Amino acid sequence: MDRRGHLTGKSSVPDATVIDGAARGLPISRRAQRRRAGDALMPYLYILPAALIVGLVIVYPLVDVFQASTQTLSAGASQYVGGANYDLVRTDPVFWQAVRDNATLLLAVPILVVLSLLFAVLLFERVRGWRIYRTLIFLPYIMAITVIGTVFGLLYEFDGPLNVALRGLHLNWLALDWLGNANLAIPSVMSVIIWRELGFGTILFLARLMSVREELFEAARLDGANWWQVQWHITVPQLRTVIEFFIIIEIINMMSGVFNYIYVMTSGGPGFASQVLEFYIWQNAFAFRQGGIAAAAAVLLLGVTVVFVFLQFRVRRGGTVADE
Amino acid sequence: MPAPGRRSVRRRAISPGSVLKQTALWLICIVALTPLYFLVVTSLKSKTEYLLNVWGLPLRPTLENFSAAMADGRLIAWTWNSTVVTFLSVAVCTIVSALAAYAFAQMQFRGRDVLLNIFIAMIVIPPVIMIIPLFILMVNINLVNTYWGAIIIYAGLMIPFSIYLLTNFFRTVPREIIDSGQIDGCSRWRIFTALVLPLSMPALVTLVIVNALYVWNELLIALTFLQDDSVRTLMAGLTEFKGRFFLNQPLIMTGALIATVPMVVVYVAGQRYFVRGLVAGAVK
Repeated sequence: MDRRGHLTGKSSVPDATVIDGAARGLPISRRAQRRRAGDALMPYLYILPAALIVGLVIVYPLVDVFQASTQTLSAGASQYVGGANYDLVRTDPVFWQAVRDNATLLLAVPILVVLSLLFAVLLFERVRGWRIYRTLIFLPYIMAITVIGTVFGLLYEFDGPLNVALRGLHLNWLALDWLGNANLAIPSVMSVIIWRELGFGTILFLARLMSVREELFEAARLDGANWWQVQWHITVPQLRTVIEFFIIIEIINMMSGVFNYIYVMTSGGPGFASQVLEFYIWQNAFAFRQGGIAAAAAVLLLGVTVVFVFLQFRVRRGGTVADE
Repeated sequence: MPAPGRRSVRRRAISPGSVLKQTALWLICIVALTPLYFLVVTSLKSKTEYLLNVWGLPLRPTLENFSAAMADGRLIAWTWNSTVVTFLSVAVCTIVSALAAYAFAQMQFRGRDVLLNIFIAMIVIPPVIMIIPLFILMVNINLVNTYWGAIIIYAGLMIPFSIYLLTNFFRTVPREIIDSGQIDGCSRWRIFTALVLPLSMPALVTLVIVNALYVWNELLIALTFLQDDSVRTLMAGLTEFKGRFFLNQPLIMTGALIATVPMVVVYVAGQRYFVRGLVAGAVK
């Protein structure tokens, strides 16, 4: 567990000189802290248990996955193969299918933003019965993805309930093989993701809207702004930070939070038509026993994740920089 | 759209705008509810009735699916496994995260901001990246197919966000309260347990609910590290159940419905905190 020391070892350096109660204008606590030199170690002891677990579960695997990606891992014996796994990934059409499918899922993000905004605004206008509507719209979000995937997997069967209804409405041309058609599988999965995440977006935007000062809307109306103008000039700017947050959360979600849907609804199929990177990695590792290839793909996904990290610092800066 | 210029129109008057709004909300609610309606009514139908009457209410409601689903006791065993794993992983995570967050929020030390930022950066790392080294590690220390293997992994995955959330909350504990505790000669530990934690109850409850739902619903880790039926969680069990009874749609829906019940109970009990948890960090 040497690598873990990276986190904990660094953190256990006691140094009384950095204790800086004065920065917060607190001479009392500063003196109290200086009184006992042992105090300097204390903060690190509080952090230690969390650091140990995270070191084991996140930091060590993140380091080790690089090593794993340069080896073939089969039946206990591993052998160094350099960049061979990366070449295999790079030339694997299924990998590129997975990348394309993740990219396609990103299309759900703008759709989600627009729809969530629309319904948040409608609810905010206190349309009669808005509390009930709010509860109902939010309902899908509290369902487990596995359950949702199971239900939609059934609904979308070729002779399933959706197509029964469509045929009943004489829309036979629309009764498609939603999950069995290679071109439709990902859009169908996307529709389910939108179905669930819409509740989250709507609640999020509505919560923020409720804290906008009412006078802003009032003033705009008095100035003769119409409904669309009010939304465009007041609602959207006021919600800018929360919209940004939602977009980033959903981008991350589409890139790295859709394994459940795929596993339950399509198992990556038909054929390899509905892959996402997560599923590709998991399938190579545990179904195909190609740990090296999976590790190489994981390293590539980690590269994308670095972008997520920057994005999330952008939206979380309020929490990280002292917010006093 | 309601023209603002017509503010003089009586409030209760039905404008074309409000009809449009009501229609839009009606539509989205129908879309939101239809799959849930299907889930519930299908579980009350026999296989025969389902084939003849897919969408309608059950003409001859039956509980036979429920008894069939419960018959071998596996659903109950899976539910118990989920409960154990969820309870312990959330407990471990909450305790160690609260300790760390207290240090980050209320103490001064070298490397504090860097360490906190490392934790925050880890929030967005997809677990699937860690899964291969983790699996090898867990095999080597014999923790695959044990509760504790999964518990440690879940706790580790939840700690970054938990520290982030609690640090933000602990920072809002007024300095005067901390200072008065110090003047009274309280130790850091005493200030933490007697002042900071009780004042942070709402944040802790929120965190526990959000994390508990995460573990309860998680699938990737559950499929990988709890493969044996004796330790399988409910969600992983449901996928297995679905595979086994793939020809019996009402039975599958019954399994899905049963798997949903515990979560809905938690959600209804803690609705306030849950929504707050979702919004936490989003609304500045």
